[in-house]
Amino acid sequence: MTKKKLATVWLGGCSGCHMSLLDIDERILEVIKLADIVKCPIVDGKEFPEVDVALVEGSVTSDEHLHEIQLIRKRAKLLIAFGDCAVTSNVTGMRNYFSKDEVFNYAYIQAVSNDKQGKTPNHPALLKLQEKVVPLQEVVDVDFVIPGCPPSADTIFYVLFEFLNGRVPDLSQERKLKYG
Amino acid sequence: MAKIPVNIDGKAFEVEAGKTILEVCCDNGIEILTMCHLEGVGDVGACRLCLVEIEGINKLLPACTTKVAVNQVIKTNTERLKKYQKITTELFFAERNHICSVCVANNNCELQELGYKVGMDHVRFPYLFPKCETDTSHPWFVMDHNRCIMCTRCVRVCSEVEGAHNWGIMNRGFQVRIISDFDTPWGESITCTSCGKCVQACPTGALWPKAVVQGQLAKQPEMIAELVQKRKMNL
Repeated sequence: MTKKKLATVWLGGCSGCHMSLLDIDERILEVIKLADIVKCPIVDGKEFPEVDVALVEGSVTSDEHLHEIQLIRKRAKLLIAFGDCAVTSNVTGMRNYFSKDEVFNYAYIQAVSNDKQGKTPNHPALLKLQEKVVPLQEVVDVDFVIPGCPPSADTIFYVLFEFLNGRVPDLSQERKLKYG
Repeated sequence: MAKIPVNIDGKAFEVEAGKTILEVCCDNGIEILTMCHLEGVGDVGACRLCLVEIEGINKLLPACTTKVAVNQVIKTNTERLKKYQKITTELFFAERNHICSVCVANNNCELQELGYKVGMDHVRFPYLFPKCETDTSHPWFVMDHNRCIMCTRCVRVCSEVEGAHNWGIMNRGFQVRIISDFDTPWGESITCTSCGKCVQACPTGALWPKAVVQGQLAKQPEMIAELVQKRKMNL
């Protein structure tokens, strides 16, 4: 069996899901027997490659994320929404109750720590936030979801191991579902 | 009370006339999903989770407010019902802002448990992200409308058990809200006795005591039924 290609991506999230992925500890050796990790947040910034499985953490909050997730959809055979932000928008979506201007104004100018002297960042190199944060399934087709904030290491390993062995995992068994 | 024959999920039962389908199912160990039902207060059929199929009746009826009838043929676990239960659960999550990871009720929440039971891994409907108020004006308790599913258990326990009638309902559809008195801050209520029964009755993290932090809330909704029983016994 040829080795599969695995990518992990960090969009609008806190990286907690990736921390939980690292919590699979030595079982990562089982994963790399079956797949090469060809892209993850700690490798250099090359363009997203063709992969068999993409684990995508975080929600879509900006033009950059939207472009990235659309590219991932084209190049990944299997796209997994990884964690509550990717599945529900979770904490990153809490800014949706306000307008983007209100959020910027509060974060950079009105917040107590800014002493009302802050400035809204406006550099062309910066990503542009979208008016509303959306979970992955609102902009691309998602093949599988792992909810949880973060999902447990056991669940992450179970899902990866099943897919890398050509099986479809079932989260409804043995209380693997978890929100929050 | 007289016994009558009914058929539930292909099995014949002799049940007490006058009982609801939900009561009869509970008596006979048949699980029915509920959210707005709370032992000790009256049923209103608000959450639509306990819908059952009854032969000869075109629409689905809530088990909690439908009484058993002679020779009724009831189905509680068809694929059609399971489909609706999942949709109903997803709509609860999509309608307001249920962020489990920052909620006091995380891991002690009936809504979360419901999601696990129906196997909801994601919500197929767009989230509404409504701007909801959080009323912190009461000295001990908080009402967070973001997490309210409008089961109205708080309203019923306040009027039926405590007799205070502090909680009410305002508006309709997705703008519906629980209100204190005439939509005034809870802390200014002249009817609330601060008894805390609504907090115990609430199935989610919408009503909670200020003394708890994220994920630390533990509620005892069963204390309402116990209280009602004790009062009947004049203990």
